[in-house]
Amino acid sequence: MEAAMGLMRRIHPKHAETALSALLSLLPEHSTDLLSQVDQPLQVLCDIDSGKEFILCEYNRDADSYRSPWSNKYHPPLEDGPYPSPELRKLEIEANDVFAIYRDQYYEGGISSVYMWEDENGGFVACFLIKKDGSKSGHGRRGYLQEGAWDAIHVIEVEPEEEGTARYCLTSTIMLSLTTDDKSSGRFSLSGSIRRQMNMDFSVADGHLCNMGRMIEEMESKLRNSLDQVYFGKTKEMVCTLRPPSEVIQMRLPDS
Amino acid sequence: MADEESQEPELNDKQKIEITKWFLLNSPAGEIQYVAKDIQAVLKDDNLYNLAALEAFPLYNKSHMICLEIPGGVGDVLITSSGELSETEYLDPRTAQVAIIDHVKQVCTEVRPATDEELPSPYVEEFRCALDAEIIKYVDEAYPKGICSVYCIGGKDVEGPGFDFELAVVISAARHSPQNFCNGSWRSVWNVEFKDDLQMLEVRGKLQVGAHYFEEGNVQLDASHECKDSTFFQSPEDSAISICNIIRHHETEYLTSLQVSYSNLPDTTFKDLRRKLPVTRTLFPWHNTMQFSLTRDITKELGIGK
Repeated sequence: MEAAMGLMRRIHPKHAETALSALLSLLPEHSTDLLSQVDQPLQVLCDIDSGKEFILCEYNRDADSYRSPWSNKYHPPLEDGPYPSPELRKLEIEANDVFAIYRDQYYEGGISSVYMWEDENGGFVACFLIKKDGSKSGHGRRGYLQEGAWDAIHVIEVEPEEEGTARYCLTSTIMLSLTTDDKSSGRFSLSGSIRRQMNMDFSVADGHLCNMGRMIEEMESKLRNSLDQVYFGKTKEMVCTLRPPSEVIQMRLPDS
Repeated sequence: MADEESQEPELNDKQKIEITKWFLLNSPAGEIQYVAKDIQAVLKDDNLYNLAALEAFPLYNKSHMICLEIPGGVGDVLITSSGELSETEYLDPRTAQVAIIDHVKQVCTEVRPATDEELPSPYVEEFRCALDAEIIKYVDEAYPKGICSVYCIGGKDVEGPGFDFELAVVISAARHSPQNFCNGSWRSVWNVEFKDDLQMLEVRGKLQVGAHYFEEGNVQLDASHECKDSTFFQSPEDSAISICNIIRHHETEYLTSLQVSYSNLPDTTFKDLRRKLPVTRTLFPWHNTMQFSLTRDITKELGIGK
C-alpha cells in the first residue's frame, strides 16, 4: 500500500486517473484504502429534477448511485440509500446555496456541491467540493488557458465540545492543472495536487456554516498561494538551475 | 459508505505487464528506479516485472536521453535514438566508440571501438566534428551540467559535395535532487539538414523541459517547443558557428519565454482558475446570511457571474 502511494506521488498528476484504476486492478484487496487516500479529479452528473449539475464523490455515493444535493435523490434511483436527517438536510441545503455564491465570487463559474451526514459521536461530517474548468472553451474568463482544471475537496469533521463551542477538523485536497499553448512559446503545462489539514475550535454562536466557510476560504487561499509560489516556484527554480538565464550572450562571428 | 467488493476480473499476465510498463515509462526524469521499486512491490511477481522492465527501460532511457559513464573513465555516452546501433549498442561519435549497455541496470557494461561502417564518411565527419566542437563550447557556457553530442542521422556515406546529409545535435541536462524532493530535465534535439542543391541548412529544433517537485505534494512542469530556422551552407567551421548561433539564440529565447509564463502565473493565468480575492476585494461575508438572499437576487438581476 505504501508502494502504491509512492507511485501516486511520482506519476504525473494528469495521469492520476489512469494510475489509480491500474492500482485498483492490481490491488483489489486495498480498494477502499486506495479510493479514500488517492486524489482523483471530480466527476459530475446532472440532476434530472433541477437540471443542475452535482459533483460525485465517495461521500454521496451508495453502491453505484449518487445523491444529488439539489433534489436529495439518488441517481440512478435507489431503494433505500442513506440520507441526512431532516435537520442536517436543512443545513446542507443552506450550505449548498451559500457555497454556490462563494464559488461564483472566487471562481467566476464552475460547479459546487456540499454533502453532510451524521457520524456516531453526535457530530457530523461535511464535504464541500468545487470543480472548475478554466480553459477557454470552459469557464476561463480571460481565455489564457488551453486547458485548465481546479478540483477542490474539503472534508470537515465537526464535533461539539463543551458549552457553545465545536471542534472542526478540515482536510483539504486541491488538484489543479493548467496549460498554455501558443506559437511563440510552445506548450507550457503545470499540474499538481496537495493535501493539507487544519484544526480549529469555534463558538457555535455564528453557526456551523459560518465557521466552516471561513476555514475553507482561508485554506483555499493558502493553498492557492502555496501552489503558485512554493510549488510552481520550485519547478521554475529547477529550470533556471538546468540552464541559468545568461545576461551576456556572445554571438560568435565567422572568422572569414 | 458500502464497502467496495471487487467486481473486477482477475488481470491476466499480459495486462499486468502492460500496466507495469506504463508506470515505468511514465516515471519522471531520474525517478525510474524509485518507480521500479514501488511497482515491483505492488506487482508481487518478479518474472512479470522483468519482462515489463526489458521492454520499458530502453524506451525510457532513449526518450530521457540518459547519460552513462563509459568504463575506464574516458567520458560519457548519451543514450538516444539518434545514436542507436542496436538495442544495446550506442555510438559516441566524439570518441568513435560504441558503448554496450544494460538498460534495466542503467549502466554501460563495456566499450569497443566503432567500425568504419558505423562512422560517417570523412567528408561528413569534418562537418560533424566542427559542429561538435562549437556545441561543446556552447553547452559548457550555458548549462552547468549539460551533456551533448552530434550524430549523423542521414547520408553518412556521402563522399563529397553534390549530395544531402543530416546531422542531429542532442543536448541533455538533468538535475536530480531526491533529498530536496526535486528533479528536472532539459532535452533539446536539433536536426540540421545540409541541402546541397539549395546550398542551405534547414534547422529544426525540439526542446523539452520537465520538473517534478514532490515534498508533501506532487507538482510537475511539462513544457515543449518546436522551432525552425535556416542558414547558408558554408565551410564546416563557418557552418558550425552559424548553426550554434541559431541554437543559442532560440534556446535563450525559449528560456525567457518560460520565465514569462511563470511570471504571468500569479495574476493572470491562475486567475482563470481561481481569483486571489473576489471582485469586491474583501473576504466572503459568511456571517451575514441576510446578505446572501440579497446577493443572490442581485446576482441574478445584474447577471453577475455569468
